[in-house]
Amino acid sequence: MELIIKPGLAEKNYWGDLWRYRELFYFLAWRDILVRYKQTVIGVAWAVIRPLLTTIIFTVFANKVAGLKAPGDIPYALLVMAAMLPWQFFSTAMSEASNSLIGNANLISKIYFPRLIVPASSVITSFVDFLITLGLMAGLMLWYQFLPDWRLLLLPLFVLLAFGASFGVGLWLCALNVEYRDFRYVVPFIVQFGLFVSPVIISSSKILDNYGETGLLLYSLNPMTGVIEGFRWALLRGESALWWPSVLTSVVLTAVLCFSGIWYFRRMERTFADVI
Amino acid sequence: MTEAIITVEGLGKKYRISHQRQNGMRYKSLRDVIAAKATKLFTRNMKSEIRSKTSDLRPPASSSASLEDFWALRDVSFEVKQGEVVGIIGRNGAGKSTLLKILSRITEPTEGEVRIRGRVASLLEVGTGFHPELTGRENVFLNGAILGMTRVEIKRKFDEIVAFAEVEKFLDTPVKRYSSGMYVRLAFAVAAHLDPEILIVDEVLAVGDSEFQKKCLGKMQSVATQEGRTVLFVSHNLKSIEQLCQRGLLLKHGHVGYDNIVKNTITEYIRSAENIGATANGVELLNDLRLSHFALSPAVFQSKSTITFVITLEACSPQLITNLEMLIYNELNERMSLIDLRKAGAVYRLDGARILMIDGTIPRFNLVEGQYFVGLFIRTSHGAREFLNLLRIHVLPPPIAIGISPIQTQWMGSVLLDCDFTVHESQ
Repeated sequence: MELIIKPGLAEKNYWGDLWRYRELFYFLAWRDILVRYKQTVIGVAWAVIRPLLTTIIFTVFANKVAGLKAPGDIPYALLVMAAMLPWQFFSTAMSEASNSLIGNANLISKIYFPRLIVPASSVITSFVDFLITLGLMAGLMLWYQFLPDWRLLLLPLFVLLAFGASFGVGLWLCALNVEYRDFRYVVPFIVQFGLFVSPVIISSSKILDNYGETGLLLYSLNPMTGVIEGFRWALLRGESALWWPSVLTSVVLTAVLCFSGIWYFRRMERTFADVI
Repeated sequence: MTEAIITVEGLGKKYRISHQRQNGMRYKSLRDVIAAKATKLFTRNMKSEIRSKTSDLRPPASSSASLEDFWALRDVSFEVKQGEVVGIIGRNGAGKSTLLKILSRITEPTEGEVRIRGRVASLLEVGTGFHPELTGRENVFLNGAILGMTRVEIKRKFDEIVAFAEVEKFLDTPVKRYSSGMYVRLAFAVAAHLDPEILIVDEVLAVGDSEFQKKCLGKMQSVATQEGRTVLFVSHNLKSIEQLCQRGLLLKHGHVGYDNIVKNTITEYIRSAENIGATANGVELLNDLRLSHFALSPAVFQSKSTITFVITLEACSPQLITNLEMLIYNELNERMSLIDLRKAGAVYRLDGARILMIDGTIPRFNLVEGQYFVGLFIRTSHGAREFLNLLRIHVLPPPIAIGISPIQTQWMGSVLLDCDFTVHESQ
């Protein structure tokens, strides 16, 4: 087995290395999760309390105070939680991924391993949180006696879509952040801004009503629009209508983000150790 | 095995240093880039169009910045055969760490090629990846995984690793509670149990106490000799380099300065590091005290010959010299001898008018063959200081009786003692 190191050599070994180092995906995610709950008292309960509290607050203010209604007879809390699920996953994954390389700077500059593992493992860490919140959602649905139907089977597809969107955006931000430290400030802004731009508090049907189909198409340029609506549709028996062009746009955008993200990341990877 | 396991050809690594006018900020901001791109639209700056392969990926710095190319390595070529233990030495900034980083694939070369036939494990820093919040047990797994071991492998070697580090009792406490010695032992223990064909080690033995260093060297020695692995070792500790390595590679300003057996390389390193002759003139020793002349003659001589020396001291203000000693060091910076130049009844007073001159002989200079550096220690009423490396002398092997084959210098120790003996034959 001969390894050749040359400037500019497109590493055919890279993908083989990703497989060889596959355990590192698990180890880095495991490390982040362990560290998060070390020396805490409430520990893992935080993963449940945070989304629960957010849902409660949104429900109280948007539904009771502002009077926003959910379509059909979906309990408002479920509507919000079904959107919070993917959104929380996306925003945490994106924030953590963007900082992941810088946070692991000591590893990057001293040890070789395929750097793609670093942002990927931070997405995996957020995914674990997502699963916990999913459990919370199940609990809430039992509470409201509002159980899902066959559409639930399509949920994994939307999960995959959320994963892809998080990974794609995360990769871009991650690689950009190493070179231009501005992105450290851009990310929280995107998260806050995104929360209002995505159909978390309101549903896209409002956009459709007020701005028609073109409006909705523009709205769908946010890849999370399709994902969130898809989650709602799958979990809430389709009573929250799903506009398929929205999902399609999301799929296309996510694919573009992922592939371009990987391309940019690989391109910049050579200089990481020098720049970080 | 005559096939080379590592082949390096024409390797070069260039860094671009930008001297930014506005501030010393290392990190780029979008603002600067956008401003630079905007100015570029209106002005054509030749400098920003010259790029190297790696800097191709970065947008041009502000056109008001000057760019300087710094070649950390240039035109480096060498081969390493399987089982060789090579020591890489050189001054700080010679390019040693850069070379190791390229061989470990942490950074990409700018030009040249490296061919490696075997699995590489690099130990560039002890405890990389250790997280202070995790326990020793958890960190062993984490660190092992980061260094490239599989979980199964780590489980298998776990007990060995812990035994080597001697931290059995503290396995389940967070590493942030460890003493620095324990930390370093555990970190090295994990790395020492990697199973690569090629092991690259960068100055990690600089940490830890002497017990630990001995243990590490021992482990590295067994890795090299008993397991027949190839080892590349970078260190400033010339003693451990000599102990561990057979071959020495000297890096000078990014080039291969010397490539030979380790003893010769070390000598060359020291020889080129200092430009010292057999006479020193006009050396400022302490305030107002000058060494106007210091010489040893001859500069190159056979062991056990007589050599003469002369020391001349001058002072601008009155002072009394209370200690004057000649110090002799070998190539590895070990002190071989101290010659006390005080004499009962002699006056060591200096002032503007008087100068002090000492001349004398060393009747049988009986140190073994090698290069030695001569210095002085002086104490006056104004202060005290040591001055090493004032002179350099070269000692050749002693004269041998005809009919007796010479013994190689490496077996001679440090000193050739005089001995008179008679051989008796009895019936």
